[in-house]
Amino acid sequence: MASTTKVPPQRQIAPDLTSDGQRMGGSELRGRSRSAAVGVAQNALPAETGIWVAVAAISMSFASLISALIVRQGVAPDWLHFQLPRMLYLNTAILLASSVTLEICRHEFDLRPDFNGEESRGDEAAARAFPWLCATMALGLFFVLGQVMAWRDLAAKGLFLSSSPSSSFFYVLTALHGLHLLGGVAGLAYVLYRFRPNADPQQRGVLGVASVYWHFMDGLWVFLLVILAART
Amino acid sequence: MSSPEPAVHHHGPPQSFIRKYIFSLDHKVIGKQYYGLALIAVLAGLILSWLMRIHLGWQAAAIPLLGKLSPTGAPGNVMTPDYYLSLMTMHATLMIFFVLTTAPFAAFGNYLLPIQVGAEDMAFPRFNMMSFWVTFVAFVVLILSFFVGDGPPLAGWTSYAPLSSVGGVAGPGQGTGQTLWAVSIAIFCIGQLLGSLNFITTTLDLRTKGMSLARMPLSTWGWFVTSVIALLAFAALLPACVLLILDRTAGTSFFSSAGLVVNDQVLPHSGGSPLLWQHLFWFFGHPEVYIAILPGFGIISTVLPAFARKRILSSRAVIGCMVSIGFLSYMVWGHHMFVSGMNPFSAVLFSLPTLIITIPATIMVLLWLGTLYGARMRYTASALFSVGFISVFITGGLSGFFLAQPSLDTYLHATYFVVAHFHFVMALAAMFGIFAGTYFWFPKMFGRMMNETLGKWHFWLTFIGVYCVFMPMHYLGLAGNVRRYAAFTDNYLAPLIPLHRFISISAFFVGAAQLIFFFNLFWSRFWGAKATDNPWEATTLEWSTTSPPPFDNFGGRHLVVYHGPEEYGVDSDTLEYVMQTAPEQIKTT
Ligand code: HEM
Ligand SMILES: [Cu+2]
Repeated sequence: MASTTKVPPQRQIAPDLTSDGQRMGGSELRGRSRSAAVGVAQNALPAETGIWVAVAAISMSFASLISALIVRQGVAPDWLHFQLPRMLYLNTAILLASSVTLEICRHEFDLRPDFNGEESRGDEAAARAFPWLCATMALGLFFVLGQVMAWRDLAAKGLFLSSSPSSSFFYVLTALHGLHLLGGVAGLAYVLYRFRPNADPQQRGVLGVASVYWHFMDGLWVFLLVILAART
Repeated sequence: MSSPEPAVHHHGPPQSFIRKYIFSLDHKVIGKQYYGLALIAVLAGLILSWLMRIHLGWQAAAIPLLGKLSPTGAPGNVMTPDYYLSLMTMHATLMIFFVLTTAPFAAFGNYLLPIQVGAEDMAFPRFNMMSFWVTFVAFVVLILSFFVGDGPPLAGWTSYAPLSSVGGVAGPGQGTGQTLWAVSIAIFCIGQLLGSLNFITTTLDLRTKGMSLARMPLSTWGWFVTSVIALLAFAALLPACVLLILDRTAGTSFFSSAGLVVNDQVLPHSGGSPLLWQHLFWFFGHPEVYIAILPGFGIISTVLPAFARKRILSSRAVIGCMVSIGFLSYMVWGHHMFVSGMNPFSAVLFSLPTLIITIPATIMVLLWLGTLYGARMRYTASALFSVGFISVFITGGLSGFFLAQPSLDTYLHATYFVVAHFHFVMALAAMFGIFAGTYFWFPKMFGRMMNETLGKWHFWLTFIGVYCVFMPMHYLGLAGNVRRYAAFTDNYLAPLIPLHRFISISAFFVGAAQLIFFFNLFWSRFWGAKATDNPWEATTLEWSTTSPPPFDNFGGRHLVVYHGPEEYGVDSDTLEYVMQTAPEQIKTT
């Protein structure tokens, strides 16, 4: 493997150059010497940018579904109102709890001075953070399991995917959110795999990236729940 | 990989064939793969257009082998009206998704964007590889529809519901074929989302020292803005495709209205909204047409100055225009729905931004023309296609002004006038952009020059040919000739048949002219003259490295950028130019 990959791209942002002089200031500017500004070679992960790009795309997808839901409810009188399964509120609590455990995990992973004022070692930090990471993943899986149980609850009442547009949207939204959350679990699993004795800043970056996604999934779910509760 | 070490380049390129050419992580290979896919798709799309044109000119014509491909669609080798629509759907889907999205955006963008910003590769090479292979799967799924059930769907590239949402009962191809179509497009969305993610992150994070946003070449700006549009557009289309698939396979009623009776069959759907599909589709669809053309804007803005040997009039204005077009493209989708039965007041609301969007487009055209003005142009094939781009874009844009007004569009909608409009403004302009880019960057990509004489023949035959094909369509449309008809047997249409024959013959001519291009491409690939590192005396970073560039693009060098991308004609007497990487000062003129 190692021999087939290039080095992971490093962030090399050049601060916006004012000496740029791109003809905007006329010829006298062009005559000036332009040194290339020194780029701050931040050792940051491109994933830290990429994750926000992904968040934007996922938001767009769900926005498109929600607008479809609103339009669809308005156009025809076949919209069945039903009580959301109780289960969902428990699931919500579980998911919120998982965000808390993830934050604790991140906190533990911080290299911080201990009693004696010495920096704690990376492996100690990783060891402290490890259980919280596992807890987060477990809670995430419980959430998905809970969602499946909520489905069975609805199905037992005779509400299936095609019973009514309201139930159709319910299943589609919860299923798509669940899939995305499973993606988040996979992401955390990847972080776990990267947790190695010597915690270096890169791993911390990966954890940060995964937690942006995780909290986003969490917030998205609360938003969906509000919509579903109000509309179905 | 071993433990964190300083970033050094002791990892060589992959050695195995599979890693090197098939599942490659190298953005340059992926770019070429996309280009190859686009070539296959454009060939298929071109052949389909020929078949359609044969049928439109000569209704009774038997087309050898067509009956073999589809015994039901072309009994006795003569295509049925339904099969005509199937071919049309496939032609449009292939062209718009697999040619006009992949070639200018995914292919050239992949190959050149990282080099032009001075990066070694995309931000996420693995996602990049997935992006291509996912797109490839989408392509295979789409093509499969030729060989299953009764052929490809016939609902057009817009797949309006309920025709597209009720299943096989709606007609041949509306069973499995239409499902494959929806699945294919959904997969395609995922592929392009991964691609856009890479483009955006790479542009933001991996620029080399001194490469400020303002110093990025305009082609990079084009791909960057396109990727932002694509990210949101494909993210919106993907769930729409999911809903469509569910309507077709799971009995939901998102788009299929209640009480439908299709082919004497009462359908079980309840109250879905066909208009909802149109809104979702066009919310993607209009931005999509800009996904097809914006890379072209960027390519032209980079190629023209290189051959005009002067700066573009205002590169900041070009950037501003591209960004505002990208922004506005999300506010105009309703102009495709003026006659859909939506509220006439909203038609006005959509008409206004549509007319506004012509302002940045016009500014950009004027900037290009202003750049040409007084230039000592080097008329290479690439330059010719750039100028041709401006021509067809103007021609197509002008008809847009008419269509943008609901009162006029009520008559013109779904006529050949629209066909003429979008072929000029999107299809031809984007194709000319692809050609300009190919003649320009081929030496960089393959280390060999393309044949200029053949290139010029290719340009002139194509340029004249396409005007013969598409210009008369305006008159057809004005005469009331509706589009998506397989035959013109009505009294008022019959007199137009000679014109259709002229168009068909011109179309064969244009298609044949493309053989020159294909020949040139393959011949030059192996036997073309060796290219120097910078054959066009251009300034951007890709010309600072070898042709073709090494595995890590710059052979381990970390480039530093000192100038904007268009320091041409710095000394207007000698046509001197200054590379972006050249540290020297520029003489004050
Ligand atoms: C000058 C600015 C433009 C205006 C005012 C404009 C306006 C319109 C309008 C009103 C329609 C709908 C016509 C109908 O279906 O009845 C239309 C169709 C279309 N336009 Fe444009 N347009 C402009 C530029 C573009 C550009 C730049 C592209 C592509 C790069 C493009 C691609 C298309 C396509 C593909 C269709 C047909 C879609 C279909 O029905 O399959 N247009 N245009
Ligand atoms: Cu449009």
